[in-house]
Amino acid sequence: MNRLLLNKIILMLSTLSAIIGISFLFWILATLTYKGVSSIHLSTFSQDLVNGGIRNLLVGQFTMAIIASLIAVPLGMFAGIWLREYSNGSKLASIIRNLSDVMMSAPSIVIGVFVYALFVVPFGGYNGFAGIIALAIMMIPIIISTTDNMLALVPKELREAGVALGGSKHKIILQIVIKAAKVGITTGVLLSFARIIGETAPLLFTSANSQFFTMDLTEQFPSLTVSIYNLATYPDEASRELAWSASFILTAIVLIINLTGRYMTRNKK
Amino acid sequence: MSKLIMETKDFSFTYAGVDTPSLKKINLPIKESKITALIGPSGCGKSTLLRAMNRIHDLYPGNKYEGEINLYSADGKENILNIKKENDFIKLRQRVGMIFQKPTPFPMSIFDNVAYGLKLAGIKDKTEIQERVENALKGAAIWNETKDRLHTSALGMSGGQQQRLCIARAVALKPEVMLFDEPTSALDPISTGAIEELISELKNDVSIVIVTHNMQQASRLSDYTAFMYLGDLIEYDKTDIIFMNPKEKLTEDYITGRFG
Repeated sequence: MNRLLLNKIILMLSTLSAIIGISFLFWILATLTYKGVSSIHLSTFSQDLVNGGIRNLLVGQFTMAIIASLIAVPLGMFAGIWLREYSNGSKLASIIRNLSDVMMSAPSIVIGVFVYALFVVPFGGYNGFAGIIALAIMMIPIIISTTDNMLALVPKELREAGVALGGSKHKIILQIVIKAAKVGITTGVLLSFARIIGETAPLLFTSANSQFFTMDLTEQFPSLTVSIYNLATYPDEASRELAWSASFILTAIVLIINLTGRYMTRNKK
Repeated sequence: MSKLIMETKDFSFTYAGVDTPSLKKINLPIKESKITALIGPSGCGKSTLLRAMNRIHDLYPGNKYEGEINLYSADGKENILNIKKENDFIKLRQRVGMIFQKPTPFPMSIFDNVAYGLKLAGIKDKTEIQERVENALKGAAIWNETKDRLHTSALGMSGGQQQRLCIARAVALKPEVMLFDEPTSALDPISTGAIEELISELKNDVSIVIVTHNMQQASRLSDYTAFMYLGDLIEYDKTDIIFMNPKEKLTEDYITGRFG
């Protein structure tokens, strides 16, 4: 009797905790949707920040995140390939693996400060390149660890079979092993992209923000996240409304990328 | 006596980071166009020996080979333990193919699986590839099941089909020797029967070495059998003699199931 009672209590407690946790998520989503959608207009997408829209911010945010990915994905993947396929469990490999894990949990503001000192101060001001570098630094350890872990899931027999067929090691890795781990690595890339597209801290004092449409990466560069941070602190109603709609759009973007990533993993064979 | 295709001479093998050798002075002949079975309890070194014959061990650094493993051809013999260059390794593996315990189809279409080895071998002519893929699939008795879905993923096939595809992949390169590392231990009895039949047909064109835990399989399939125990080659002879009239007490004990 006691056992059954205990069982019921635990079940109730865990259900309650789950409901509390999830309700916060829905609360956030509901508030964002309610406040965000109501202030979205056509001009939100067609105008730049200076005219009360977010067109330049979206373009800027994506430009930086995409270029950062173009740097971080190949670098991180090659590092991951080296760790899993070429290091043969050496001491150096385990040091790098641990450092990369530490980097992954490094506070993003710290990365921002680091890049500020290295790529903002010497060049005399905020610039888009510095933002890209900060985002790439955030992304690299995630890509390293995903590549490393996904390659670890590929059975070693597949590599041996390739080599036994007369393939050289690098050909087998590039043409077969990567292919076998493709879904996992792509998912990792998508999730890490979703992570950096929503980052504020690394951009705050690297690329900062711009009210105008620009593609000049040597200047201050428009950013959606930094704008939300700024707009939310302004006293006027219009700015705060724009902050809400920008937040809603950002959340929707991150959510879509995340769901795509998860959907891919679920459908993998 | 039939001709030799391979032999090991005083061959010892030590894994990286281990002091004692896993194989001790093995002298084993491999006869041309015959099936040689390697049997013995787990850990006796039979897979280690098999994996030395195409130097697949070299994927992992630090292993130590001693002695000789000779591969015979019309031009004489070559000690494969002297191979150092990447290109020579590739040639060796084209001459000595290998089939693993678990089927290892590549994540690509059935056709591409077989064509991949040919492309690695430097064959570029499309019609030749087409022809050799078809012949290999026929040779591995899987053509009828696959001819209508050559361009679908090989991962959708059953385990037995995948294993025959892997055999086709190896056969396509026209190797001189094929090494089978427990090729049926992950398969059901029907697939096992099909693979065994295939192996006995293959021996007309290629010399075969097979590691197996299944003694019936060894006696059904092979012409010669080598019994290994704790890194030593205990006995090697015609399969009938090993199974009916072994000279060594240890062999008899193992074959009659007294240990293993």
